[in-house]
Amino acid sequence: MAPVLEARDVSKHFTVRSAVGSTSVVRAVEDATVALEPGEIVALVGESGSGKTTLARLLARFYEPTTGEIRLDGAPANGATRAYHRDVQLIFQDPFGSLNPLHRVRYNLERALRLHHGVRDKAERNRRVEELLERVSLTPVEQFIDKFPHELSGGQRQRVVIARALAVEPKVLLGDEPISMLDVSIRLEMLNLLNRLRTEDGLALLYITHDIASARYLCDRIVVMYAGRMVEGGPKEDVIANPRHPYTRLLIESSPDPARAVDDRAELFGAEAGELGEPPSLIDPPAGCRFHPRCPFAMDVCRTEAPPRTEFPNGQWTHCWLHEDEGEG
Amino acid sequence: MTETLPGTATDPAAAPRDVVLDVRGLDVEYATGDDPVRACVDVSFTLHRGEILGVAGESGSGKSTLITALTRLQRPPAVTSAGQLLYHPRDGGPPVDLVTLSGRELRRLRWTTLSIVLQSAMDALNPVMRVGAQFVDALRTHDRRLDKGAAWERAAELLGMVGVSADRARAYPHELSGGMRQRASIALALACRPDLVVMDEPTTAVDVVMQRQILAQVLRLRRELGFAVVFVTHDLSLLLELADRVAIMYAGRIVELGTSASLYAEPRHPYTRGLRDSFPPLRAPLRRLTGITGSPPDLRRPPSGCPFHPRCGQRFDGCDERLPVLRDIGGNDVACHLYPEGS
Amino acid sequence: MRADLLRGWKVRFGLAVLAFFVLLAIFGPWINEYVLGIDPRANDLEAISAPPSADHLLGTTQFGQDVLAQTIAGARGSMFVGFLAATIGTLIAVLVGVPAGYFRGGVDNGLNFLTNLFLVMPVLPLILIVAGYMQGTGLWMIALIVGLFGWSGGARTLRAQALSVSSRDFVLAMRMLGEPHRRLIFFEVLPHLTGWIAAMFLHGIIGGVMAEAGLAFLGISDSGAISWGTMIQAAQQQSAVLRGFWWWFVPPGLCIALIGTAATLVNFGVDELSNPKLRQARRSVVKRTKTLRAAGSEA
Repeated sequence: MAPVLEARDVSKHFTVRSAVGSTSVVRAVEDATVALEPGEIVALVGESGSGKTTLARLLARFYEPTTGEIRLDGAPANGATRAYHRDVQLIFQDPFGSLNPLHRVRYNLERALRLHHGVRDKAERNRRVEELLERVSLTPVEQFIDKFPHELSGGQRQRVVIARALAVEPKVLLGDEPISMLDVSIRLEMLNLLNRLRTEDGLALLYITHDIASARYLCDRIVVMYAGRMVEGGPKEDVIANPRHPYTRLLIESSPDPARAVDDRAELFGAEAGELGEPPSLIDPPAGCRFHPRCPFAMDVCRTEAPPRTEFPNGQWTHCWLHEDEGEG
Repeated sequence: MTETLPGTATDPAAAPRDVVLDVRGLDVEYATGDDPVRACVDVSFTLHRGEILGVAGESGSGKSTLITALTRLQRPPAVTSAGQLLYHPRDGGPPVDLVTLSGRELRRLRWTTLSIVLQSAMDALNPVMRVGAQFVDALRTHDRRLDKGAAWERAAELLGMVGVSADRARAYPHELSGGMRQRASIALALACRPDLVVMDEPTTAVDVVMQRQILAQVLRLRRELGFAVVFVTHDLSLLLELADRVAIMYAGRIVELGTSASLYAEPRHPYTRGLRDSFPPLRAPLRRLTGITGSPPDLRRPPSGCPFHPRCGQRFDGCDERLPVLRDIGGNDVACHLYPEGS
Repeated sequence: MRADLLRGWKVRFGLAVLAFFVLLAIFGPWINEYVLGIDPRANDLEAISAPPSADHLLGTTQFGQDVLAQTIAGARGSMFVGFLAATIGTLIAVLVGVPAGYFRGGVDNGLNFLTNLFLVMPVLPLILIVAGYMQGTGLWMIALIVGLFGWSGGARTLRAQALSVSSRDFVLAMRMLGEPHRRLIFFEVLPHLTGWIAAMFLHGIIGGVMAEAGLAFLGISDSGAISWGTMIQAAQQQSAVLRGFWWWFVPPGLCIALIGTAATLVNFGVDELSNPKLRQARRSVVKRTKTLRAAGSEA
C-alpha cells in the first residue's frame, strides 16, 4: 500500500541567537525518514531532546524542513496549509494547554466542522457534534457538550482534543505524547480509543512517546530516535525482542518491567549504569554516529562517519556500523 | 522481600529498634472553602532502617500531601489535624513526634535525620549559588566546627558519590545537565547522612536511561549509608522493581500495602490490580488491557463508603455504605470488602 | 471570576467611587439646575470669595461663582477627558501591541519600533507644542492629545502578553484547525488579555483626568469650559492658596485624588485576582487552620 504521509530525509536546523549576539545552529532533526500507511500505527520512541517532537511538528507543517520533503498522498506538501491540515491533525501532549479555557466543548467542535465542512445548519451541526462526542466515548453527550475545559478531567479533555481533530476527518493523526500527562489508570483507555479509531476509520497514526512499553501495546512498527537521528526501526516485537542498535538495547533494558524475572536488584539496576554519560548537545553533536560517546562497542569508524542504513529480512533496519555487513545491502 | 543489607539488619521482628519512622493515623486537611478537604486520611505505616517504601497513587490520591506532611514542609491551608510521626533516633533514644516538634527542633533534625529530594532539581538548587557552595552551606549549618576548605572537599566527595565529577562543584546549577542536577540534589540531600530520605518523583523529569542510572546510584548509596527511603511516584511499574514494600494510595487512604513481589503477583485490592494492569508489559505476551474506567475522585466530594466503589468492577451491596479498614490479608494490608473479616 | 472580583472591599469601594463620579458627570448639569438651582457660571456679586455658608455650601470663587456647582459641572469635563483619552489610548495600545505579539517577526519589529519611539518621546513638551500649535484647545483636543501620546507603555505590556498567550498550545491547535489569523487574535488571544486591557483603561482614566488638570494648570485649556483643571488653574491664578481661599481649590483637588485612589484600588483587586499569592488569607480559613493545628498538636 502507498504511504499516506511520508517524511523523506527531512532535517530541521534552528538558529538560536544567544544574549551576546553569537548565533549557533541546533540540529534538532537530521535525515529522518518515516512513512505512514493507512490503518497503520507507527510509534516514534525517544528520550526528551531526541527530536521526536520536532519531527511531529515538521509533519504537522508548523515548521518547514531545512532539507528534505514531506509528502502527502505521494505529492510534496507545500503551499496552503489549510488543505494539508484537512488530512493531517496533531494531538498535543498537554490536554490542559491545548483547549482554550474560555471556550466550551461545543465551540471547539463546531469551529472544526464549520471550517472544514462548511456545516452552517444548526441542527446538522448539533447532530455532528453529538456524534463526535459519542465516538470518543464522552457519553451521555448532554453532560459534556456545554462544559468548559476546567470542568472536565484530564482524560475527558484529551478526548475533546481528539474529537476536535476527528471533526476535520483527517487521514493521519499525529499524537505527540498524547497520554503522558494523563493519570495512569486512564491511559490505556486512551490508547484503546486510538486503536479503535484506526480500525474504524483506517486512520494512520504516528504515536510519539518515550514509553516503549506503551508503544509496543499500541503500534505496529517502532522507530527509535536518538539525538535527532533515527537509529533503528521495524516490526515492534522484533525490535523489542532483538534490538540491533546498542542504544535501543539500552533503552529497553532501562525501561521498567516488573515481569522481568530477576531477583537481584543490583542486577536490575546494572552497577555499571552510572557511567554511561548523557545525550549529546544538539548544537555541537558528535561526529559520526551520535551515540558513539556512550556506546560500549564504539569503533574508530563510529567516531568519524555516520553509519548507513542496514536492512534485515524481517523488515528491521538500523544505522549502526556493527551491522554494516549483515543486512541485505 | 526482606533482603539483608550490608551494614544494616533489616529484620522486621526486631522492631522497634529497627523502625526509623512510625506513622500512626495521620490526617491532613486543607482548610479552604467552607468544607475542609481531607487529603490524607488515617495513614499508618512503619518504615524500617534502610528500607525503600514506595508510595504509588494518581493525582488526588494524597501522595504529595503525604510527602509535605512527613517532612513538615506543608503550608496553610494544609494542616496535619491528627496522628503521629514517630521518629526513632539512631542511638536508640526515645522516639520523637515530628508533628508536634517546634520549628527550632525541626531545623536541627532536617538534613541530619530527614531530607527530601524534589521532582525538579531546579527547585531544590539555588540558581545563583555554585553547586558546591550549597553543599558547604548545608554541611556547615549542621557542623559549625567544619572549616571551609574541608567542607568544599566533602562537597566534591559527595558529588563524586553520585557520579558527578568533582570539578563540577564550582559550576552553577544551570551549567549542569538535567540528569546531573538531579544527581547533585540527591547528593545534597545525603550530605549530612540522614536516616530517612523522602523522594518525590525524583526521576520524572529525566528520561528512562538516566532514571535507571540515578536509581542505581541511590540503591548503591543506600547499601553504603543505610538510609531509608520513602519514594513517591505514579509509576507503579518502576516502584515494583525498586521498592521493598509498596503502599497504594487512593483518595487519601492507603488501600493496600505489601511487598513489591506480592503486589505484582497477587494484588488483592481491585484498584491495585487495575493500576498494575494499566502498565502494558514490555516482554510478556500482549493482551487487551483496559486500565480503570472513570476518573480519580474529587476529594471535595469523596464517594460514600469505599472511595473506590464507583470505579470498581467487583463492587457489591454495601461497598457504597461502609468504609473498609486496612487489615492483614495473607501478608498484605488490604482495605476492601471482598475480604470479609475472619477470612 | 466576576464574583471573586467583587468580594474584596478595595474593588467594591473603588468601583463605587468611580460609579459616583460617572453619575455625577452624566447628571451634573441636571443636579445644578434642578437640585441646587445654581448656574455654575453665574456671578453672585453679593458673595465674592465667600467661605462655605448656607447659600453656597462650598463657598464661592473670586468671581462669586458657586464652588459646589462648579465642581459638579467640572466632573463632566474631567471625566470626559479621562474616558475619551483612555478609550483612544487603550484602543491604540491593543491595535499595536496585540498584532506585534501575535505575528512576531517583521510585524513585531515595525510595531515595536513605533512603540519605542512613542515611549521615549518627551510627552509633556510635545503636548505643550501641539496644544500651542492647535490653539484654542477644547476638551476634545486635550483628550485626543493625551490618548495619542499615552499608549506606548500599554502596548508594550500587551505585546508581551500576546506573545506569551499566542505561543500556547490552544492557539497552535486552533491554527492547525484552519482558523484564520483574525479569529485567532480576536477569539483565542484577545479574551485572555481582558484583565490587562481593563487595568490599562483604568490607568488611562486617571492619566486623562490628571493630564487635563495638569495642562489646565499650565494654562492649556479651553477657558470657557468648566473642569476641575480649569478650576484649580483659576484658583492658582488668583493666588487662592496665599489668600487662604481653601474652599476654592480643595474640592476639585480632592475629586481628582479620589478618582486616582479609586482606580488604584480597583487595580489592586484585578492584580490579586490574577496573582493569587497577593490574596489575603480569608479570616475564616486562618481561624480554622489555627484550630486544626491546635487539635493536631494535642493529639
